[in-house]
Amino acid sequence: MKGVNQEDTHRAIERVARESYGRLVAYLSVHTHDLAAAEDALSDALLAALTVWPGSGVPQSPEAWLLTTARHSLIDAVRHQRVVSASEPTLQLLKGSSMETTFSTEFPDERLKLLFVCAHSAIDPRVHTPLMLQTVLGLDAARIAGAFLISPKTMGQRLVRAKTKIRDGGIQFEIPDQPDLPPRLDAVLEAIYAAFGIGWDDMVGVDQRGRDLAEEAIWLARVLLQLMPNEAEVCGLLALMLHCEARRGARRGRDDRYVPLSEQDPKLWSPSLIEEAERYLAEASKYGGPGRFQLEAAIQSVHAERGRSGRIEWTAIVRFYEQLNRISPTIGRRTGYAAALAEANGPERGLAVLDAIDQDAVSAYQPYWAVRAHLLQLLGKGPEAQHAYDRAIGLAEDPAVRQFLLQKRG
Amino acid sequence: MQFALLIYHSPEEFSRRKNDYNDPHLGVWRAYYKALVEAGVYVGADALEVPETGTTVRVKEGKRHVQDGPYADTKEQLAGFIILELPSADAALEWAARCPGASIGAVEVRPLAPEAKRRGFTG
Repeated sequence: MKGVNQEDTHRAIERVARESYGRLVAYLSVHTHDLAAAEDALSDALLAALTVWPGSGVPQSPEAWLLTTARHSLIDAVRHQRVVSASEPTLQLLKGSSMETTFSTEFPDERLKLLFVCAHSAIDPRVHTPLMLQTVLGLDAARIAGAFLISPKTMGQRLVRAKTKIRDGGIQFEIPDQPDLPPRLDAVLEAIYAAFGIGWDDMVGVDQRGRDLAEEAIWLARVLLQLMPNEAEVCGLLALMLHCEARRGARRGRDDRYVPLSEQDPKLWSPSLIEEAERYLAEASKYGGPGRFQLEAAIQSVHAERGRSGRIEWTAIVRFYEQLNRISPTIGRRTGYAAALAEANGPERGLAVLDAIDQDAVSAYQPYWAVRAHLLQLLGKGPEAQHAYDRAIGLAEDPAVRQFLLQKRG
Repeated sequence: MQFALLIYHSPEEFSRRKNDYNDPHLGVWRAYYKALVEAGVYVGADALEVPETGTTVRVKEGKRHVQDGPYADTKEQLAGFIILELPSADAALEWAARCPGASIGAVEVRPLAPEAKRRGFTG
């Protein structure tokens, strides 16, 4: 291992940390249920790698090295707090094969159990996604807090509380059996999708609320697909996110101008991501459905089709939204349905759908007002349109979206 | 719960505000105000004159000290405030992110002290 320079070593550590973090945390916590202790032990091990590897070279199996070092750190931690009686599984784990795996690269991948624990119904739903990002990907709390618009202190407290509950609350590290599997898998998928944050991609002047975690969300979905290759909705979720991700380069025009999906230049979309998305969508239909994510991916697929055909099949989108609303009619889906219906059958039809939505529920929901403003303008209802535009502008977070809407309002 | 959104501007933003009263950005602020009122969370708000118009007063050991300019010697200065009635701090951060001030400067979210309200010393 001579000639390995410092930079290579650092890069190697970064790569192992990124690729193995979740596997190591999952394996270290699967019996103890103590995520915080596992994370601490792993960060000790990563720190040790930073000091040892530049001298000794990157070990043959960096993952096994980190695992062994982290385990020693866990044992030390238990020794130091002898007063606190360690749980039976902890002792079992530590006494057990602690040295056996030293040079073995093989240890079971327990990340699926960890994903199910993070999205467990006993855990505050607001922390499902942050927990996954932290324990499976090793993201730091400050970055997660920023992405979710929560004070770092509050985020830290919520994460600690959740981990304490996992450790002490008898939450099992297990892959649920039928009939619990579908709802529990839904929670996992929702949590991954929440990291992605972009649900709104098919309308004029809608604030997208990107969370800057799209890559991480896609990574999580890929991990999940690797662990559950035959689940339709896992394929569906990945297809949906890849379709949206394919358009990243087309969302902004000159001077960082906001470009709504229907005006984007398809030449700026990523053909390889679209192709991959289509592959997963086709795969999904083999395993069942159509579930929620498959339908949403199908809507995005219709939009992507414009790259080839030059037109958008709005009636197909309307049909998919109808199916989505039968699954559960959220405000977002009803708004999306209204926009699609307006394109397919005229703005009056779309507006009627919007009118039927409870006003209290949309008082702070930007997409509703952006779509409403657009439809009122198409119908020539000037003053009402202006009012709706103001609401949409006032609720937008993205300055580019505000400017776009200001111009449309006139 | 009531929260104050304290809006901070850079010197550039202050001078722009002063010189160009028909700035399209004002439309953005008006829209934000409307959204607050119609969402039923608005309690009150006001904008402040530029920081150079401020005068800072202290009384120390019976002696008055008067200083030209704002209290804090920072690049970004308090430009205005909004008081909102909201169910949670999370909601306050949501509204702060939507505030046009957040994308041109900074917005500090601070809960109003509940004691002060109970004792009624604010009037």
